[in-house]
Order: sequence, then structure tokens, then C-alpha cells
Amino acid sequence: MDTALQTPPQPDVQRLLDEHSSRELLRLVVVGSVDDGKSTLIGRLLYECDGLFEDQISAVRRASVKRAAARTELPPEVLAQGLRAAAGAEEEELDFSLFTDGLRAEREQGITIDVAYRYLSTPKRKIIIADTPGHIQYTRNMATGASTADAGVILVDARLGVLPQTRRHAYIASLLGIPYLAVAVNKMDLVGFDRAIFERIGQELVDFAHTLGFEGVRLFPVSASRGDNITRPSARTPWHEGGTLLEWLESRPHQRRLDNAAFRFPVQYVLRPHQDYRGLAGQVASGTVRVGDEVQVLPSGRRTRVAGIDTFDGPLEEASAPASITLRLADEVDASRGDLLAHVDEPPLALHQLDAMLVWFGEQPLDCSRRYLVKQATRTAPAQVERILWRKELEDLGEVPAESLALNDIGKVRLVCRRPLLADPYRDNRRTGAFIIIDALTHDTVGAGMVLGPAETGTQGALESSLVSQAERRARLGQPGAIVLLPATPESASRAFALERGLFDLGRHVSAVGGDVEVALALASAGLVALVHTDAPQARRALRAEARDAGVAWLELEASEDVKQQVERVLALGESLK
Amino acid sequence: MSENTLARTSHLTELEAESIHILRETVAEFANPVMLYSIGKDSQVLLHLARKAFHPAPLPFPLLHVDTTWKFRDMYAFRDAFMARHGLNLIVHQNRRALAEGINPFDHGSQKYTHAMKTQALLEALAQHGFDAAFGGARRDEEKSRAKERVFSFRDKHGQWDPRRQRPELWNLYNGRVDSGESMRVFPLSNWTELDVWHYVLRERIPVVPLYFAAERPVIDRNGTLLMVDDERMRLRPGEKPVPRRVRFRTLGCYPLSGAIDSSATTVEAVIHEMVNARQSERQGRLIDHDEEGSMELKKREGYF
Repeated sequence: MDTALQTPPQPDVQRLLDEHSSRELLRLVVVGSVDDGKSTLIGRLLYECDGLFEDQISAVRRASVKRAAARTELPPEVLAQGLRAAAGAEEEELDFSLFTDGLRAEREQGITIDVAYRYLSTPKRKIIIADTPGHIQYTRNMATGASTADAGVILVDARLGVLPQTRRHAYIASLLGIPYLAVAVNKMDLVGFDRAIFERIGQELVDFAHTLGFEGVRLFPVSASRGDNITRPSARTPWHEGGTLLEWLESRPHQRRLDNAAFRFPVQYVLRPHQDYRGLAGQVASGTVRVGDEVQVLPSGRRTRVAGIDTFDGPLEEASAPASITLRLADEVDASRGDLLAHVDEPPLALHQLDAMLVWFGEQPLDCSRRYLVKQATRTAPAQVERILWRKELEDLGEVPAESLALNDIGKVRLVCRRPLLADPYRDNRRTGAFIIIDALTHDTVGAGMVLGPAETGTQGALESSLVSQAERRARLGQPGAIVLLPATPESASRAFALERGLFDLGRHVSAVGGDVEVALALASAGLVALVHTDAPQARRALRAEARDAGVAWLELEASEDVKQQVERVLALGESLK
Repeated sequence: MSENTLARTSHLTELEAESIHILRETVAEFANPVMLYSIGKDSQVLLHLARKAFHPAPLPFPLLHVDTTWKFRDMYAFRDAFMARHGLNLIVHQNRRALAEGINPFDHGSQKYTHAMKTQALLEALAQHGFDAAFGGARRDEEKSRAKERVFSFRDKHGQWDPRRQRPELWNLYNGRVDSGESMRVFPLSNWTELDVWHYVLRERIPVVPLYFAAERPVIDRNGTLLMVDDERMRLRPGEKPVPRRVRFRTLGCYPLSGAIDSSATTVEAVIHEMVNARQSERQGRLIDHDEEGSMELKKREGYF
């Protein structure tokens, strides 16, 4: 039934395929203030690069006419004539923004609300364009688009010049590590393609952008609605020698590649189809790994060698970022989701306490007394913002003291994580240096963070060690502290209480707990056997991970066991640890 | 230098690695994921990527086909043969109540029909099995409201999508936290285009339904849309008479709602060649997209995937 289509490709199709396959991917973010013409610029790029189809064009043609009609107060009969004339409208009259503003609320209001992604193919590149909103209310969406970008285009309205929002966007682009920035001074047609205006705006932005540390900034005088210097050089700017925006896009080096950075492999998932196979699945975040390399598993620090690199298409001798692979290790070392593999001589930082830049997205302001979740690479850890070192004043880019960060604020913070983040500074590694902050209650993504490094004055140990040792506790209580996780069944709570009763009657110090990870860890470290009953997968995962990182004795019971068997297994665990 | 090192520069390889990352991330973070399988080329590519992601282990989730009962006969045959050959676990779900009520694309119009047989049926199936994450093969290049879609797309307790309440999605860090009853739609092919999909089908030798390739088929021309008369249930209007015509499909759905195109492309290579020169979009033949402006967005808000 599978259709056999596997004849060798014909030569011209083979050529097409080769061209397509060897194209590099460039991720681009387009930013600017409201009404600067971002959507129009992107619509124009798509149109001129043949990225649009005829049915899409004719739909936009109809909508353009409707929209133009809605804005006039012409008598209906005149309008009808206009509509007929518009049926054969020139491309110049197309409202290019309609190619991209796809949501109903956006069309109604004529603004872009959310990030949209567009796809463009040129002979050299496949370009993924993040079309981001300019309105300050949606700065978070701009940061979303910028987080993966290799290059950015910032739009400026030639009539208005550099606006505060322009400076904010350039700052965010630099903060998120975009190396190359193109400045498109748009609506040049509305200022008569005046060279002096272009140069004045350009100089102001270039000076500013260089203070932000961009590797390259290039200026283009454009008219997005008329198509000057977008994909075709404009006859109306003979004084411009910088080429077109498209040429610039095609010549940007692909910066996001991290094949030459230190090897980082966050363990995503453990593949264990049978007893003889244990593979660590994940995506190489940076660098290269080879079979035989000596690696360490973090945070445990255990060393081993790479025994094999497996893929569906067969084994590999080496793999580089951003390949998704499966690693087999030479020894049976414990490694699971959230751990990270690195070469022994190039470990990442293991940060309990760190300084970071934070972009706040939450409707509720950042609350330093509240616990959040940090997701970095494949690790999720409870964390708290110890304090805010300063907030960026986006008007003049000054640093001001702050108690909190409100929606769309950017600041430098000190973060304390309960499990160490295995990270690098963001400027060295955009993969392992990035994190998001999740509100543990609402589950909203409330912040985006970039690791700067260890806390600069982190002497105040967040994790002071107890003056009572585990051995002393064990000697007094006659048992080691442990966490016992019950199976996730509807009756897990009553099973926990039955088990608690049984163990208590046998003289054990024991307590049943719900899904609170922190309480379970505290009880176990105080020498008790904590019997945890929860069916929430996230709590169960967090408990496993944290107990492992904290080195707490651990036992997971099976649903098939009865209470008597469970009591015996808990007792056996105590014996084995004595 | 090995072939794999060379392939590193290909954007297809990069897209593949990204999709595998997304597949694994979902399985690691959710208790009960499922993959929506619609028998189309995107489903085939998604399934292929999933097999790569979890190799050498079997797929750690079942497949779900939301069956309207109006798919092309070739699609059902392909589905059954493919599932049997690879020993895959497929759940087929139909909206039985709507079937009993006789809801069909002719009497009830495409909107009501789609709502009952696709949206309602999908929500029913997800609830019935308690799935907390559902993979879909949707791509952002398909349609404008799809372009706004996140890779991890949050749905509330009613399976609804709210474009204003989407979680920001930065880097490759996906937030998979949901409360009970809430769920996530996950789109590993978000960054793929139609052309990428076909190039990948060719590169990986992925089998697809024969309807994607040109053949002589019984067709009627209804207001410029070429409809294939796949079985006797097709309601012909006065004067309509099926005639054999060399056509193929760029997108597959329910046969009374899927327009064909004239074509002579009988191989993947020829399809790619034809597409490079195509002037119409892929979804142009999808009648359900054109009910009104913003129609896909409205469907998605109700829970359509």
C-alpha cells in the first residue's frame, strides 16, 4: 500500500533538492514601534521573494479595498466605482500588512498583538521571520521573537526619527544576544527620499547601537509600501551605497551555531527499551562529542566515557550542536533528566546563587517573597529572587534601584535556586545561559532570564549546613532518614496512613506527607521516614529529582505490593543503609 | 568526512533536530501524551520524527485518528496497512452521537459538520482517555492564525485556545505545566514549510497516501473546485456528472470538502518540481478555511486543532 516512489531523482530535481538542502537557516526578528510598518515590510519581503500565493494575494487585494473603503466617507455609489476599479489594482495599492496581521482583533484594531512566524526562501537562505508587536504592552512578545534570532531588523519612521521605543527595542535585542542589527529607516517616500534626514536618524541610532555592543549595524533607507531598497535597489536613493535589505540578510553569518563552544548535553529523557539498553536522549546544546570522550555527569560529577552515539539512522562517531542524539555511557552511572554531560576539563558552572538579567512578563509584579520555578536546559528548579539589584530605565537606559519588576520591566536580579543550575554565562552560551521563570501557582511563564554568572557577593550562604550530622541522627533514632514514594493510585493517601501505622507500630520514626516536596525533604533530612502520597506527575518528578540531588535515601513502592510487603521493603531499605 | 557531518549544514537537519527535541520534551513532561494522526503527509512526517526521537524504544504514546467517516477510501486503506506493518497503537475515535444524528457535510454545511465531526470529536476523545498533551502536525506557514501559534499551545479545561492568553515562548524552553483537565497541543512541525515537508518525504523515503500523486480520478467541477467522487454518498447537483480527470491533492481531508488540482506529478520529485512553480497556496482547496474571514481562528478558539 505504501506508494513506491523511490526511483532515483531526475537531474534537475536533484539540483533543486541539493539547493534546498544546503540552504542555511537564518532566524530573524523584525522590531519597531507601532505604525512603523513592520507588517508592511514583511509582507513586501514575502511578496517580492515569491513567498506568497495567488489566492493569498487576491484575498488581501479584496481586504485592502474593503479597509480603504471603511476609512473614507465617500457616498456608496462612488465607493462602488472605486471597488470596481480596485479589482485590477496595482500592487502599489495592496495593503501589505494584511498578509501578516492574521488575528481578528489585529485586523479590527490595525495593530499586531502577538508574535507571528513567517517563512521565506531565497536562493541562499531559508529565513524564519519573527514578526513582533511594537506596542509597549507586548514587549514580552518582542523578547520572545528575539530569543532565537541570529539577526534583527529595527524599523524607524523617517518622519518621526528615533523614538524611546526604538531605543528599548535595540536594547532588548542586544540583551538577548542578537549580534547583527539592520536599521530600516522607513517611509522615505513621505520625506521625499531626503538624504539629510536619513543620515541624521542613522547617525543617532548607530552611535546608540554601538554602545550596546552590536557586532554590526547597517542602515537602509526604505519604503516598505513602495518597495525601495527591500529586495531591489531604489532609483530614488542614488546616494545610498549599502545595498538592499535582502542582500544583507543573505550575507549575515549564521551566529547561533555553537559547534565550537564547550560541549554541553542536557539529558532530556532516558531511553530504556530493555534491560540491556540505557540511552540518554537529548539535543547537543553546544560543542561536539565523540565516541571515547571522557565526560562527567553533573551535578554528581561522576566520570565515564561515551560508549556510543546512537540515532535512528545508525551510530555516529561524533555529533555537534544542534543534533538530537542518544548517548550511551561506558559505565552504569546514574544520569537522568535535568542532569548535564560535559567534557571533564570544561565543566559548566553549578549555580545555587546567581546574578541574572530578567525580563518580566507577569501581569503580577515580581514578588521577592514568593517561590517560582526556573526552567533552564532540561532542569526545573524552585527558586526565589533574593533581591533586585537594579531596574533598567528604558527611557534613558539608566540603572535605578527597585523593589520589584512590573510587566515588561527589565532588571538585574540575584536568584537563589534550590537545585543548582548547570549553566554558562549567556554571553558565552545562549543555550545553557538562558532560563524562563514559571509561576508555580498559575503556571504562567512570567519571566525570561539570562545568566550573568555566580552571585558577585554571594557570601551569605543560602544553604548553610546543619551542625547535626546525618550519622548522629542515625545513631540517636536508630534509622536513616528516607523518602518513600507511594504509587499514584486513587487510594494512595489511605495506603500511606496504613503504612505509617504499620511502621510506627514497629518502632520507626515515620510520617505521611502529601505532595509537598519541601516538607518531605525536611523530614527526611531530620532523620524521619517520609511517606509521600501524591498523584501529581510534576510533584512526583520534582521529588525524585530533588531527593537525588540532595543524596536522600529513596524508595519507590509498586502498586502491586500490599501493605505487608511495603512495610518489609521500607524496613529493608533501613537495614541496607545502616 | 562522513555524510552526517556534511548534512549538518542542511536546514532540514536542523529542523529535524528541533522537532525531535520538542517530541522528547513533551514525553518527558507530560503524564499521558497522544499523537493526532490524520493520515496526511504532515502526519507521516511527524510519525517518522517520533520514531527517530525514541529509537530504539517503541513510541511511548498511542496515535489518535479523529475519524469523520468521510475520508477518502485510499486514506483508510493506507492507514490500516501502515499501522499493521509497523505495529503501531492507533485509537480511532468517531463522534457517535453526531453520526447517529446523521450529521454530514451536505445537509449541515461545512461549519456545523466540522464542529461536530472534528472539533467535538477531538475534545471527546481527549477527555475520554485523559490525554494531557496532544501532538499535531500543524505548520505555521499553513494559515494566518496558525502563524501565531506557539509550539506548546495551552488549552483550557474546555479545550479552547485564547490567542491573547498564550504563554510567551523563548529559546527552546517550553513551559509544559498544566493543571488537571487542562491540556497542551504540541506542534513539532511549527517551523516547517510545505516544501520542507516534501523534501523530507523524499530524503527520508517516507510513504504517503497515493492521492498526493496524479492519476485519473472521477471528478466534478463545482464553482471552480474540483471534487473527487470517492463513493456513492456524494450528492451530485443537477447537471453534475463525474468525468475522469488527471488530478492530485495537495492537502487531504474529507473528500466532499477537499479540492483537487490538475496535475501530472506522479512522483515526489515531480510534486516538488510542481510546487516550486505553484501559484496557489496549499490550503486553497480547503473549503472549511473559507467559510468566512478568520474562520480558522474561530475554529481553533472552540478547540479545533
